[in-house]
Amino acid sequence: MHPPLSPLVAPQRPNSNLTEFTSARDIERAFRAICLLALLLPLLLLLVLLVDAVVDASSRLSWQFLSSFPSRHPEQAGILAALAGTGALMVLTAALAIPIGVGAALYLEEYASENRLTSLIEINISNLAGVPSIIYGLLGLEVFVRALAMGRSLLAGAATLALLVLPMVIMASREALRTVPLSIREASYALGADRWQTLRRVVLPMCLPGILTGIILALARAIGETAPLITIGALTYVAFLPDSLMSGFTALPIQIFNWISRPQAGFHANAAAGIVVLLFMMLLLNGIAIWLRMRLQRRIYW
Amino acid sequence: MTSGIQIPRTELDPARKRREAEGDEPPKMQIRDLHAWFGPTHAVRGISLDIPSRSAVAIIGPSGCGKSTFLRCLNRMHEVVPDARVEGTVRLEEHDIYSADVNPVRVRRRVGMVFQKPNPFPTMSIRENVLAGLRLQHVSLRNPDELAEKALRQAALWDEVSDILDRSGSSLSGGQQQRLCIARALALEPEVLLMDEPASALDPIATQKIEELIWELKDQYTIVIVTHNMQQAARVSDRTAFFMMGQLVEYDETDTIFMNPRVKLTEDYITGRFG
Repeated sequence: MHPPLSPLVAPQRPNSNLTEFTSARDIERAFRAICLLALLLPLLLLLVLLVDAVVDASSRLSWQFLSSFPSRHPEQAGILAALAGTGALMVLTAALAIPIGVGAALYLEEYASENRLTSLIEINISNLAGVPSIIYGLLGLEVFVRALAMGRSLLAGAATLALLVLPMVIMASREALRTVPLSIREASYALGADRWQTLRRVVLPMCLPGILTGIILALARAIGETAPLITIGALTYVAFLPDSLMSGFTALPIQIFNWISRPQAGFHANAAAGIVVLLFMMLLLNGIAIWLRMRLQRRIYW
Repeated sequence: MTSGIQIPRTELDPARKRREAEGDEPPKMQIRDLHAWFGPTHAVRGISLDIPSRSAVAIIGPSGCGKSTFLRCLNRMHEVVPDARVEGTVRLEEHDIYSADVNPVRVRRRVGMVFQKPNPFPTMSIRENVLAGLRLQHVSLRNPDELAEKALRQAALWDEVSDILDRSGSSLSGGQQQRLCIARALALEPEVLLMDEPASALDPIATQKIEELIWELKDQYTIVIVTHNMQQAARVSDRTAFFMMGQLVEYDETDTIFMNPRVKLTEDYITGRFG
């Protein structure tokens, strides 16, 4: 026997009517629409930019474009020197920024004691990540090109870009190091491992995906940088491949900038084609970063 | 140091006197007037006790009584935390592990540790986890598979993992992970095994397995186990120490502590009057 239901005389409370929520639902819907719009707008703009660039570039994108040096005639000009310059710049920048950046992060996270000096350094590193890139160009011009007499060389350019991405590499590496919990480090110490062994055998393998992703994303930013390279005086018309650290160079963004500022329409098509190549390289780098992260993270179960 | 409760000190330990009179082995570890701090917090306040060889010693006491800190002082893990400080003497056989010429890393190879929360290395397979201690120390292994099997058998885990040795250690259940951590510690063949509430994160069945394991291991190893669970202390240990507010209240044969404690405070705690 069930007890009888109590009579339906609900006490008078505000909002006691269960069906009366239409106005709340309208607000919910409107908010959702606004958020969707906020997402679609940038995507649409990006799409327009991409389509516009690809349409303009379609007449010039070819093997000949990739394998030719620049020329006075737009239909003969290519980006070989710029591609080689960008490639060499990236390799050198990575070679400079990775050891210094990861080393600095390791020191700050693993060895430095927490005091005013280290927190001052920390704040400064975060601030440096937001400094406009042209400032780094000026610094590179003064320090590398003039004071260290590197000239307008590949090395000076790579050093300047390395300086630019260093804060990003340091911050990403520190973030990754912080994800390794103390309990795992203690497990290693308790097995009679010292600090260095713990770092190398336990901590670094665990945060490698994070560090690698940070490095690649930083490089993807460096690849598109124009201002610092122009500031240090990178060449704009290069009809040779860089053959040493000290040789002059140009890079893709500079070549594009140079072509856009020409009056002839043919060069504008070249610039569009250069933009498509540059975008493709950035997408490739980002793709590699995602792939690496997924591949390495599959090995870490929690 | 304004504790409201007066804690009587047990200066001499009757059981130890008895053993020595019977000509037993000398104690594995001797702790004298041990103090430990976390920054300004004085967590361990002058503890002295002997840990007999090849037996299990349980340390019980209310939360925050310094029992885990005391345990971590026995293999110099306390100093891993910043601002931590230790004073006093801890002898492992004839060596004072806090003397200036001792390398803490060496101490930890002879005094292993199992933590409250299972912490297998997530980047390593089960096999690699067991061998991690040896590899971390760059010991060249001639027969790694045999060593891994031996340690896993000792930890009563072999039958459950023998055909999944290459899987990640973190893919195991909590209880299995904890036994993996015990195997990892045993692979180094330590003389003393410290266990910091090894079963508190586990279900009753896994807990029972760990307890049976401790029971078997104490024939070969010297075990010090910190536990919140008084039944567990009664089940697995030969001797029990009761800590309170960083001090040793009573230390005696486990049966004596639980059936016939000499100190009123111990009796009150055991019978659940506080804590």
